[in-house]
Amino acid sequence: MTAQTATRKKRRIGWGQIFVNVALILLVLAWTIPTIGLLVSSFRTRFDIQTSGWWTVFPHREWTTVLEFQPGAEVDRDGIMTFEGASGTFEAFRAGMTSPDGDKRIIWIGNKRIGRVVVQEQQWTRGNHDFTTQNYQEVLGGRTYTLQQPDGSTVTVQGTNFVGAFLNSLIVTVPATVIPILIAAFAAYGFAWMKFPGRKVLFIMVVAMLVVPLQIALVPILKDYVTLNLNGTFLGVWLAHTGFGLPLATYLLFNYISTIPRDILESAFIDGASHFTIFTRLILPLSVPALASFAIFQFLWVWNDYLIALIFIGSKPDVQVLTQRIAEMVGSRGNDWHLLTAGAFVSMVLPLIVFFSLQRFFVRGLMAGSVKG
Amino acid sequence: MASVSYRNVYKRWGDVIAVNNFNLEIEDKEFMVYVGPSGCGKSTSLRLLAGLEEISDGQILIGDRVVNDVPPKDRDIAMVFQSYALYPHMSVYDNMAFGLKLRKMPKDEIDRRVKEAAETLGISQFLDRKPKALSGGQRQRVAVGRAIVRNPKVFLFDEPLSNLDAKLRVQTRAEISKLWQRLGTTFIYVTHDQVEAMTMATRIAVMKDGILQQCDTPTYLYDHPDNVFVAGFIGSPSMNFFDATLVEADGKVWVDGGTFRLEVPGKNTELALKHKGKQVVFGIRPEDIHAREFIAPGIAPAYMDSTVDVVEMMGSEIFAYLMTGKKNFVARLDPRTRAHVGEALSLVVNMDNMHIFDPKTEQRLT
Repeated sequence: MTAQTATRKKRRIGWGQIFVNVALILLVLAWTIPTIGLLVSSFRTRFDIQTSGWWTVFPHREWTTVLEFQPGAEVDRDGIMTFEGASGTFEAFRAGMTSPDGDKRIIWIGNKRIGRVVVQEQQWTRGNHDFTTQNYQEVLGGRTYTLQQPDGSTVTVQGTNFVGAFLNSLIVTVPATVIPILIAAFAAYGFAWMKFPGRKVLFIMVVAMLVVPLQIALVPILKDYVTLNLNGTFLGVWLAHTGFGLPLATYLLFNYISTIPRDILESAFIDGASHFTIFTRLILPLSVPALASFAIFQFLWVWNDYLIALIFIGSKPDVQVLTQRIAEMVGSRGNDWHLLTAGAFVSMVLPLIVFFSLQRFFVRGLMAGSVKG
Repeated sequence: MASVSYRNVYKRWGDVIAVNNFNLEIEDKEFMVYVGPSGCGKSTSLRLLAGLEEISDGQILIGDRVVNDVPPKDRDIAMVFQSYALYPHMSVYDNMAFGLKLRKMPKDEIDRRVKEAAETLGISQFLDRKPKALSGGQRQRVAVGRAIVRNPKVFLFDEPLSNLDAKLRVQTRAEISKLWQRLGTTFIYVTHDQVEAMTMATRIAVMKDGILQQCDTPTYLYDHPDNVFVAGFIGSPSMNFFDATLVEADGKVWVDGGTFRLEVPGKNTELALKHKGKQVVFGIRPEDIHAREFIAPGIAPAYMDSTVDVVEMMGSEIFAYLMTGKKNFVARLDPRTRAHVGEALSLVVNMDNMHIFDPKTEQRLT
């Protein structure tokens, strides 16, 4: 009986693990496949991006022209025509006809009078490996490029200055991440461990602010910024992001900091530490996982933010951030959306680096060993 | 090196009175143990002394100084917490040096003190480790070490052994006693375990519901508990209590429990005579009940019959759960006793060590 329960238990854990792993694999696929697609696309030529999907870089079966001819004048173009065993009107052939055995596709290309007939068959191709770094060159540089078009003519293209926008994004994002974390950590410590009148009320207000949509603050802040001459400055954006990020930051850090065992703090008090010493020597090092996870959230949020940048930075090119540039890339010349692939990938690089360098803090349990658990 | 005084100390949280008119004089170099069930206010009393809680009323003195408004760091105390409260991100060395660094002590002096304390506690080889790489016992030593290096006037221990396993607890208990002897400092130690209290303390303060019940040496507490609570709390297994009447018959005084009648011997006759005819709570410790075949020498025997309910063989002795009438009680019997479940067992009670209490006030009758 014991053995039976043991095996049953074992199997249940097994199924659970399989389920978790399958779910994990599906999630990973759901996120990586589009990312890989984007990466591949960003290296493809403009023509390829606009005519075929990124997956055509892999070997696949494709309709290939095996025969092409001009129908003779004797063919009755207004009646029923027959090519390669398929019969149909001109309109049917224009749309593409399949031969009776299903292997061939017959298409009329061009107009009724002088058009040609193309016969295609499904054939294996090794994939389209026509890669180029042209997109990146265009996106990253701010200079003019001369492009050789497939037909031999040359076109001059003004590349978007992405490097400047990238730096601007960095200048906006780093302080807009660090400032709220610092303030929120102090606030969270105060709410968690210091006794002062109105502590509960203030904390409830902070939590309540979590549900206030930031859009309602845009107009008043903008008005103040106009008076203070902060519009279109980095300081203005930092302050805006700090304000909008603080409630969540305070709440998250409070939740973490309040779980630090009381004994540790009391022990430090007896050891002679002041609140400030406890904060810098104990709370900050011990809160690294929480700080890191909020840092990732805030970094990604600010990095990807468009609304606040649009409103408080506006359209001044020298302070514009990455998201605004990406939006402009399509907006300013609609047919250049192939550049989005490279632009998007460039803008993804830094968040990915940030995530991978901070993610180990999620995993590491810093509290292990302090209190016997 | 200081005495500690609690004078009419109260601690209230709203309507809850955690510490109720606590008065205690702890002398210099004493090993005082606060003991009581959980929620009795013993930890709170200690934390009031440490300055981690504010006193609602009364005064606490360390030495001659009233410390009511003195912050913890200036009270010259060190505290060892139940959870050890080590700083998890610091090495053992830094854990011990933290308090000294904050006091701006010279580096070589810190080094000397930490190494010396580590030597004493046998944790020298772990100085570079983080707490998480230590076992429970080692962490506990680090916590003690952190207190020692400060060289405080008073050491406070808040249930420092309750996270250790039984064997380690016994060992550490002895080590703390030794430490106290060597340091020659005032120790105040909180525990819920009366064995710890009995083995280590010079004096024990027994608390219940925020009220100090009795404070005295372990021996005196054991022999002369002031009330039913203290009597039941000190000693393991705890004292047996019976509702009984004191009667005088045949020129002798008897404790009449309905199903048994025990003669009060010479030593206690006077006391019993004084309360003759009264309803009392009669208390007798399990170790004062013997099987008839194995009477301890030199006791005034009083006989009693019982039925065996459960037998626990401990090797060196037998814990017998017995019944007289419908009343259960426990006896610690000689291991050779043939006690079988369901059978009758004839007992001898050492009435020299009897206790009687008032059934209403639960106070000891004198």
